[in-house]
Amino acid sequence: MSAPRFILALEDGRSFFGFRALDPGQSAHDDAASGTGGEAVFCTAMTGYQEICTDPSFRGQITTLTYPLIDNYGINADDFESARPWINALVVREYCTGPSNWRTNGSLSTWLGQHGIPIVEGIDTRSLTRHLRMHGAMRASLAPPRTGTIADDDDPGAWINGRTPGARIEAEYLSGIARGLPVLEDQELVEGVSTSALGLVDHDTWAPFAAPPRSRHAHRVVLIDCGVKHNIARSLTRRGLDTVIVPYHTSAEEILALEPAGVVIGNGPGDPSAAALATTVQTLRTLLDGPVASGRMALTAVCLGHQVMGLAIGAQTSRLRFGHRGANHPVRDVTTGRVYITSQNHGFQVDATTIPDASGFTVSHVNVNDGSVEGLAHRELPVFTVQYHPEASPGPQDNQYLFDRFVDSLETIG
Amino acid sequence: MTDDTPNTGIHPSLSAMRNKPASVLIIGSGPIVIGQAAEFDYAGTQACKAMREEGVRSILVNSNPATIMTDAEVADAVYIEPLTVPVLERIIARERPEGLLPTLGGQTGLNLARELADAGILEKYNVRLLGTPLRAIRQAEDRDEFRQLMNALGEPIPTSAIVHTMDEAYAFAKEIGFPEVPLIVRPAYTLGGTGGGIAHTWPELDLVVQSGIGASPIGQILLERSLVGWKEIEYEVMRDAADNCITVCNMENFDPMGVHTGDSIVVAPSQTLTDREYQMLRTSALKIIRALGIEGGCNVQFGLDPYSFNYIVIEVNPRVSRSSALASKATGYPIARVAAKIAVGRTLDEIPNSVTGETTAAFEPALDYCVVKIPRWPFDKFPHGDRTIGTQMKATGEVMAIERTFEAAFQKAVRSLEMGSRTLLWEDASWREPEGLTRIWSLIDTPNDIRLWALMAALRRGVAVAELHRRTRIDTWFLDRLACIHALEQRLLREPLTPGLLWDAKRRGFSDAQVATLSDTVQGLPDRVRELRDQWQIAPVFKMVDTCAAEFAARTPYFYSTYEVENEAIVPPGKSAIVIGSGPIRIGQGIEFDYCSVHSAWALRDAGWGSVMINSNPETVSTDFDTSDRLYFEALDEESVLEVIRNEAGGPGKPMPPVIAQFGGQTAINLAGPLNRLGVPVIGSSVDTIDLAEDRRRFERFLDGLGIPQPPGTGVTSVSDAITIANHIGYPVLVRPSYVLGGRAMEIIGEESDLERYLTNVVSPTEKSPVLIDKYLQGKEVEVDAICDGEVTLIPGIMEHIERAGVHSGDSFAVYPAINLAEAIVEQLVSYTERIAIGLGVRGLVNIQYVIHQGQVYVIEVNPRSSRTVPFLSKVTGVPMVRLATHIQLGKTLREMGYSGGLWPRQNLVAVKAPVFSMSKLIGVDTYLGPEMKSTGEVMGIDHTFAPALYKAMVGAGVISMTPSKTSTPGLLLSIADRDKDDAVPVIKQFATNGYRLFATAGTARMIRTLGLAVREVGKINDGDHTITELIRSGEVTLVVNTITGGRGVLQDGFEIRRVAVETRIPCLTSLDTASALASSLSLGANDYSVLPITEYGKPRG
Repeated sequence: MSAPRFILALEDGRSFFGFRALDPGQSAHDDAASGTGGEAVFCTAMTGYQEICTDPSFRGQITTLTYPLIDNYGINADDFESARPWINALVVREYCTGPSNWRTNGSLSTWLGQHGIPIVEGIDTRSLTRHLRMHGAMRASLAPPRTGTIADDDDPGAWINGRTPGARIEAEYLSGIARGLPVLEDQELVEGVSTSALGLVDHDTWAPFAAPPRSRHAHRVVLIDCGVKHNIARSLTRRGLDTVIVPYHTSAEEILALEPAGVVIGNGPGDPSAAALATTVQTLRTLLDGPVASGRMALTAVCLGHQVMGLAIGAQTSRLRFGHRGANHPVRDVTTGRVYITSQNHGFQVDATTIPDASGFTVSHVNVNDGSVEGLAHRELPVFTVQYHPEASPGPQDNQYLFDRFVDSLETIG
Repeated sequence: MTDDTPNTGIHPSLSAMRNKPASVLIIGSGPIVIGQAAEFDYAGTQACKAMREEGVRSILVNSNPATIMTDAEVADAVYIEPLTVPVLERIIARERPEGLLPTLGGQTGLNLARELADAGILEKYNVRLLGTPLRAIRQAEDRDEFRQLMNALGEPIPTSAIVHTMDEAYAFAKEIGFPEVPLIVRPAYTLGGTGGGIAHTWPELDLVVQSGIGASPIGQILLERSLVGWKEIEYEVMRDAADNCITVCNMENFDPMGVHTGDSIVVAPSQTLTDREYQMLRTSALKIIRALGIEGGCNVQFGLDPYSFNYIVIEVNPRVSRSSALASKATGYPIARVAAKIAVGRTLDEIPNSVTGETTAAFEPALDYCVVKIPRWPFDKFPHGDRTIGTQMKATGEVMAIERTFEAAFQKAVRSLEMGSRTLLWEDASWREPEGLTRIWSLIDTPNDIRLWALMAALRRGVAVAELHRRTRIDTWFLDRLACIHALEQRLLREPLTPGLLWDAKRRGFSDAQVATLSDTVQGLPDRVRELRDQWQIAPVFKMVDTCAAEFAARTPYFYSTYEVENEAIVPPGKSAIVIGSGPIRIGQGIEFDYCSVHSAWALRDAGWGSVMINSNPETVSTDFDTSDRLYFEALDEESVLEVIRNEAGGPGKPMPPVIAQFGGQTAINLAGPLNRLGVPVIGSSVDTIDLAEDRRRFERFLDGLGIPQPPGTGVTSVSDAITIANHIGYPVLVRPSYVLGGRAMEIIGEESDLERYLTNVVSPTEKSPVLIDKYLQGKEVEVDAICDGEVTLIPGIMEHIERAGVHSGDSFAVYPAINLAEAIVEQLVSYTERIAIGLGVRGLVNIQYVIHQGQVYVIEVNPRSSRTVPFLSKVTGVPMVRLATHIQLGKTLREMGYSGGLWPRQNLVAVKAPVFSMSKLIGVDTYLGPEMKSTGEVMGIDHTFAPALYKAMVGAGVISMTPSKTSTPGLLLSIADRDKDDAVPVIKQFATNGYRLFATAGTARMIRTLGLAVREVGKINDGDHTITELIRSGEVTLVVNTITGGRGVLQDGFEIRRVAVETRIPCLTSLDTASALASSLSLGANDYSVLPITEYGKPRG
């Protein structure tokens, strides 16, 4: 008998049918067997599924990859973006068994299964993506049909096309479950992905592939962790920065006690206006009004950090219909006119019209496709933020220069 | 939202860089040769469209008439002239273009731009080189400068040495430990790696180094350590003047390093690279394009160690290429169009993405499918050629397939090759013999054109993937996919066919025919499989290629079939018709048929019909997404085409749209019958008309009825019949299989024993596939293309061949108008053509070949479809042949369109079509011309009179040079068959008069001495010395004329002479008629020819 059948049912009633992807010898009766729920989103990056699965920003989401062939090169010891996978489930067109790459030391499904995360394959992921594009990211339930509800035939084509007797009824049932799930905005996702205690970023564990730290920059920086990707930390330590990572709720006073020359706030999951992030917003405000305003501290922010910064300066954030998730999004630097290809993963944005003029901030980068805000910069102070991921992983390395810019701004600190 | 964005426009500093030229000269790539095919017609056509959009006047020059880009309406001024510096200078002087765009005409365009710059012509006329700076051309092409640049960038390159002599080669070889380490030879400034090769032994090293130095126009080669077994990865990158850079696509070769990328199976995007590896190489590619300062597109090839992050940069092409055409079709991103716009000052973010309509060219395509390209090699025509593949490209064309899994894309690509009905199940009969596995392994160990079938055969014989990987170094990921296909074959063989099994098979790309072969349930009947699919609701859906993995709504309907849930190819209301394309470029079916397919699609639009294109060739204009209203990238077999038609019908039971099968060469015409049987309305000439023209016996009765003679002969179905018939009609006879294009396996046979050899070894007649035997009539061959609406027949022109009958029409020089025919003969040709066209019931185009033997006109062949000469004739006569034919098929008459019947008025010009060969790429192939077609492309010479037209055709085809060496006298080597010796006398005299030094083999030399001319006699090869070979290699000989009597011995004798000539790139003529024509054009002075836009010829001269 083939792999267990799974249904992906969206809150609007649309459903897709597939099978649990299992490696040879992998048990179908694990923590992932009963399925999950979450926000259904798609990501168009063609490589980097290991990085995507371990990116804490995907927490709470059922992620479909638009590239149809997944696990071609397995997983390896180096390409983690955090200690564990955070997605709720992965939806793919075809899961490959027997990955091939010199660094491969495991298979995606076995590893995700150990964390209770199912991969479902066989789904018409392009159809799913089109649906999400047109109707927006939405809640979904991903689960096997309940015992005895579905005719037990051996016809994968009929199942995938939703023609198996009982399939539609079961899909409607799961859609109902999806409608009962909390929306992303109501979830506290940062707690749990953030570090719980202050710590020094240890170069050897965080950046096994980076060049040894340069001693020239002895600057200390504080990295506020809302679910930060390893490569942000690596990108800092690689430049010789003495990086201290702190929990997202750390106060300005606690940060100042560390005497940093700069502060970085990284990426993370969910809605920037979530209640839990109120302290983070307050921390940033305090820093902006104090040491930053007086020219004693540089500040930069990435992704969720950029949105939180937007809130701190008095702007508002809103949801994008289906988000930007991929490795091919063009962003224009409005000062130079130059266009950069960026790695992105976000479902919220800072609204350009709500940026108070008095804040001193302007839009520094815009998305070439939809004109949305991709970066903010202060007119005078050493503060800039980007919505996209200069650390990439996965995606183009073209924006690493922003970390250099941050280091340069540290040099100007008195 | 954009309204509130502070600055969405371009930064003001950019405008300073802008200096949009008012006019631009675009250089085409010339004739189709191996390594430079239809992809440059696609690129040039896109560039011309882009210039028009930008308001820049475009001036196009190309010698190849069978291209869309040379249509008068594509560019603002079109020159069909030889691609030489003197001609280009005259065009520049006449048109005074502000810019020159050299990056769209392949290596030919780039080399010519370099020569124009070196000659000071660009400076003299103040022409700006656009796109790629001259420095970058040198840095990318000159091995030494390339190495310096890579060293400066810190980009790794292979251990190598630049070498100009054999001694330098020995020194480097010893230094790196040859022959333990194999060496690769890459000549500088050649296309498709011509003259390159791998050496494992000292004698091999001698051979490839000498050949490489000979192939390079500057006598320079790169010797490098071979990296056989490394992964080969390519990136297509773009850059604009603002220094914005993107990668369009990366591609991974199925075959590891050691096989030319043009001869490799290629997959897009890469499959076995982690993001870290993908980005490492991407970053390197962008660094390189920035360092070169290219404004446009560039291709970077990498070798990647499969066991570390080590990589090397193998090659950079600072221009659009075959790979960029493939990448454009694989992603939907129009590289050539964007490159052209960048060259005139646009930035990427200012260029709209015409696929989505809502985004720009400043992004990187995201694929949500897998693309497989497989090369199409000419070894079905040259079975005795060296079929191994390596660093020198041998493929004439390629196919591409798109699917959602590798297995399905791979199988679809195999079907698209059109190797008969060969699917992935095909095995050579010898593989089933006891020693079969040894034979299979020999095909696996050395790459060759049938290796992929051998890999499957090995899997079927229980060979493990690990073992295949050990011997081939093909990544196990790819081999595992083949093993997955094999596993399904096993299920189909063993299990009863159920809906579930059939679904799995279709998802992995098995055709109905493959399922029928494997599964007992369906008694070998593909139709039965289709019926079961209908019954079980297993039908393909069509997905869109949209550049963005569905992230944005796309409006350009470019589709591929797959077995999934949602169908995106929803057919809009309104009438539409389907044009069946011509598949991969191969000898005998080239770019001409793509030209016709494109024009048919355009004509449908003009007529208010929706146009639907089906084709499998990524190089062509027909598969450009805006050529038709809907493009289906599919195999051209019965199943795939039928599924497209069923989708276009809009649902079961709805009427199927009409199908046009007349323009896609033999590929399309062969589908007419099967589709008709399935109830598909094939419009134009009926299936019965096609059959009447191709069934020898029916056709014979038909001509008898009209009282039109043809050479005596008939179709035979057995060897004994053949011999009886041949004896009856008398030798020599012309033999060929029925239903083929390009004269495949056609031979002139002089005696019975040779006929027996042919019928046993070449083609065996059967009841289903008869062999045609005709009396071979020597005489002048004439070709006529006509358009018929059932009542009126329009003959745009008559073309006369320079070579007498016996040389395939595709390999002949041909002249328009027929200048040596008496009026009475012309009248007879017109009358015969009209009667045949009407009698056959032709609706559309028909091509008829005649021979004039002793004053009598005979019909040799009738093809009720478009022919190779349609683009040529359309251009020189101005009759839009394909458009008229398409309108006729939709029901119009010639009169309604303002045309009357008969011969179209002769134009006041002469045009000569010359064939072009790619023989230097095909080791072991004999170059003598006969009834089997061997040329890969053609050029046109056009002028007011015959002599200069012929001269330009000869120059364009590379037979003679416009700028002969001033230091040495030209040398002619003659080896003339006895029967030609009398005819040769005036020819030889004329060459001598024009200052040629004569060399000849013994018999020919004797004859020349009797004429009182000086001649140096040289020994034949099998006389025991190598004087001929040495003479040819010495450079004293600049032309070889070698005619043959037939008979295998003499053929073998001349073979070495011809091969040596080809390998040293010295023109070798095997027909005295060609030599005679050439001799007559030699006395032409340097400026005795015109250089004019194509539309100016034929106009009254003031």
